[in-house]
Amino acid sequence: MANCIVDKDGVKRYLVTVNVNGSDFTKVVKANTLLVNFLREELDMIGTKKGCELGDCGCCTVMLDGKAVNACLVLALDVDGREVTTIEGIADGEDLDIVQEKFIEHAAFQCGFCTSGMIVSSRALLNENPSPSEYEVREAIAGNLCRCTGYVNIVEAVLDAAEKK
Amino acid sequence: MSVKIKRDYSYVGKSLDRNDSYQKTTGRAQYTADLKFPNMLYGKLIRSNVAHAIIKNIDTSEAEKLPGVKAIITAKDVPAMKFGLSPARFDENIFCIDRVRYNGDKIGAVCAVDEETVYKALKLIKVEYEELPAVFTWQDAAKEGAPQIFEEYPGNLNTEIHHKFGDVDEALKNAYYVRTDRLQGQRTYHAFIENHCSVAYWDGDRATLYSSCQSVHYVQYHLCRVLGMKMGDLRVLKTHVGAGFGGKLDPTGLDFSAVILSKITGQPVKMFYDHEETFLNGRGRHPITMELTTGVDKNGKILGHKYKAILEGGAYTGLGIASTYYAGSLLGVLYDFENYQFDAYRYVTNLPPCGAQRGHGQPQPRFAFEHHLDLIGEAIGVDPIDMRLINARKANTVTLAGYEVKSYNLRAANEMARDASGWKEKRGKLGVGRGIGVGNGGFVTGAGFCQYRTDLPHSVGMIKIYDDGTQAFVYSQAVDIGQGSDTVLLQMAAEAMGYPYEQCTMYAGDTDLSTLDFGAYASRQTLMAGWAIKRAGEDIKQKILEQAVEMFRATGKIKEGWAYIGNRELRPDDLDVKEGIVYVKQEPSLTLTFEEVARRYFVTKGVLIGRGWYHPGKLGGNHKGAAVGTSPAYSSATQIAEVKVDMETGQIECVDTWDVHDSGTIINPKLFHGQVHGAFYMGIGETIWEEVLFDKKTGKLLNGNFAEYRLPTALDMPPVLSLTLDDSWEPNGPYGLKEVGEGATTPTMGAVANAIYDAIGVSMTELPITYEKVWRALKDKK
Repeated sequence: MANCIVDKDGVKRYLVTVNVNGSDFTKVVKANTLLVNFLREELDMIGTKKGCELGDCGCCTVMLDGKAVNACLVLALDVDGREVTTIEGIADGEDLDIVQEKFIEHAAFQCGFCTSGMIVSSRALLNENPSPSEYEVREAIAGNLCRCTGYVNIVEAVLDAAEKK
Repeated sequence: MSVKIKRDYSYVGKSLDRNDSYQKTTGRAQYTADLKFPNMLYGKLIRSNVAHAIIKNIDTSEAEKLPGVKAIITAKDVPAMKFGLSPARFDENIFCIDRVRYNGDKIGAVCAVDEETVYKALKLIKVEYEELPAVFTWQDAAKEGAPQIFEEYPGNLNTEIHHKFGDVDEALKNAYYVRTDRLQGQRTYHAFIENHCSVAYWDGDRATLYSSCQSVHYVQYHLCRVLGMKMGDLRVLKTHVGAGFGGKLDPTGLDFSAVILSKITGQPVKMFYDHEETFLNGRGRHPITMELTTGVDKNGKILGHKYKAILEGGAYTGLGIASTYYAGSLLGVLYDFENYQFDAYRYVTNLPPCGAQRGHGQPQPRFAFEHHLDLIGEAIGVDPIDMRLINARKANTVTLAGYEVKSYNLRAANEMARDASGWKEKRGKLGVGRGIGVGNGGFVTGAGFCQYRTDLPHSVGMIKIYDDGTQAFVYSQAVDIGQGSDTVLLQMAAEAMGYPYEQCTMYAGDTDLSTLDFGAYASRQTLMAGWAIKRAGEDIKQKILEQAVEMFRATGKIKEGWAYIGNRELRPDDLDVKEGIVYVKQEPSLTLTFEEVARRYFVTKGVLIGRGWYHPGKLGGNHKGAAVGTSPAYSSATQIAEVKVDMETGQIECVDTWDVHDSGTIINPKLFHGQVHGAFYMGIGETIWEEVLFDKKTGKLLNGNFAEYRLPTALDMPPVLSLTLDDSWEPNGPYGLKEVGEGATTPTMGAVANAIYDAIGVSMTELPITYEKVWRALKDKK
């Protein structure tokens, strides 16, 4: 269990160390701090977007130990000692991941607000299932809502990325 | 019909990657909520929890004592001036004065050092109400003795329109067949994923406001009007915007509060909505009750059409006045007939305000008319596509309302969609539980009149070439809300200048830095900002060619080419420039680079700036309300949908769809098809699943979240084949273009509803056509 300190108002705070995109970050968090707020407020990683905060829209999707999760439904305290991959960790430096390249090529985003989560979900799918069927792609991103694209180009981009690797 | 000149464009017509590709796919794109300034405060609105009441008292004393709370404001602390779209219906205040008009109405605002403190403070604020009876439907609002929501709207009637062209009654009397249908639309919501957010700070007497909005100019205009500021003292700008669809056009309580609270506290203030609050902010589609009566001859040609629309408006008017006009004003563009009567009524109710949503007032009326047309066709034995072909407007005509229509290829769109979908083999032949249906639509390419009465041009563009010629900066207050306006505007800028697209950078949506444009609404951005920027690019090009003439002469290079230009002085029109190379037209081997010419210009004349201007001129007829519906150019579109319906459960599956959009020249096909996909997506969602629901007794929002407001997921979305017409060319559009963004959502509900009718043989007249409604209808049929 993470180290705990109590502030003057009796609120408990915990020291957590989270590996985000390959680097360890040690921060003090409250028991109710959400992973999405931890990433955005504590680490300034604003690539993970905050949409509904209810687990409906999927735009805060990150990988937790390789699995796609909604960062608004996970407590920062629960990721102590675990590995998180955000959209900032998908590319290898300046080299874009094939999923990112295919999203660009297929114009698989418009306003871009769902895109971070959409790309993370797609990457998580391809890590587990390198050659998904169209249905499997649709199923994998069914928790990521996009109001702009109708998903048409997104599905094409993910299938294209799968074929290329 | 003007003839399209096939040009060899460098960038126009090319599927270039979006200019924001790198930022948006790597998480680097910043939206308003991502902004952080030193010492920034966080704030939220105080909202009513009753639908209709007199505010007796607001007690903020407990909240003020909470450590970390910096300021609390209510109506008494802010100007009382009202705002809205049309001065006759300015009926909204920053905060409610004395009276709340819906459950969720704006009462005030709080800011504090962090979000958590703001939420705690909101719980400590006590508002005492004297509750009043409330009305939640237009039927109740229109009743004799109904509670009055606004003094200025007796009987709660907010808007009334009566348009009469020709003699409808006479036409109906002489018709071969007359039919009346009643149809009902529902309240829907834009459902963009990014919540509204505003951040403001002050530097002395000047304020800066970041707003996730669709029009920085419109927000700036209304804030300055209400707050008594000079427009030059308020800079409004945007970051990336997480879509809008009409829901981010009206200035919000967040915009006003951020500016006021940052003035009071002397600190930057970020105001934000959570998801449910964006639903309470409202401005989505009006539920419309529609009654249509049409008389046709035996071939299906429309002789007269009488149409009554009743819109349920919610608490304020906002853009709703335009929605009411749009509910009827564009029908006469789509179909050509002589006698038309349009009567519309918009009532206010104690619910969040309705306003503009993709396609504005049009999609539900399109659903109603397209289904009505199918029922007429069925009765007289005419195929639905033939019904549309015989009534479709032709190019270079004038509508009953006096709108001039230049390019118009609706007939071709119907024919292409018919052939691509295999209509003839499918219609009526797919068997029980399967069906195919067609719907038509289209939209204005920009409204002919600005959002408020003004003599300002609709768009102004500017391009500045960097000193050494290695970059072009393109300026416009155009707002890219995801539709891709920045990319297509850069494509047009590069084309017009003859300069490499890759070296163009956009400065958009900033009232200080970029030049006037009215923003993203009425599908106007590509045409109107496009004209201004194209002309700015042509201005640059002219200056480059003039400079190049001087340089060719000075180098003596041109002497060799003398013969080619006919023994006279070299002139700018002997030259051209393309992709950064200036060349002599008669001798293309004689070249200079754009960069060296631009640098020389800078050295000898100063900054190289191109300027462009656009105003559509006076458009439309002279009757009251003629302004809404005018446009320099009209798109048209045909969609066909094929569905499967489970005859046991009522479950609907859309298996295939086809779209043909008459969009003139397509600047970027890849982005164009994306607009069609997204438009169809919104349309099918509204046809089958989406509806905003309220408690019938309290008017409390019931499904302000994406689990219960059911926008389709990737598993619900059918394939869409988006097709285009090669010879569509609009003389009033830059490079011959017309709109796509909003028009493409207008045929969808009709197409899907007609396919469902073909599948089940029961006419579904009420949106959304849910599985349950279909199941009930099938049960009743048995």
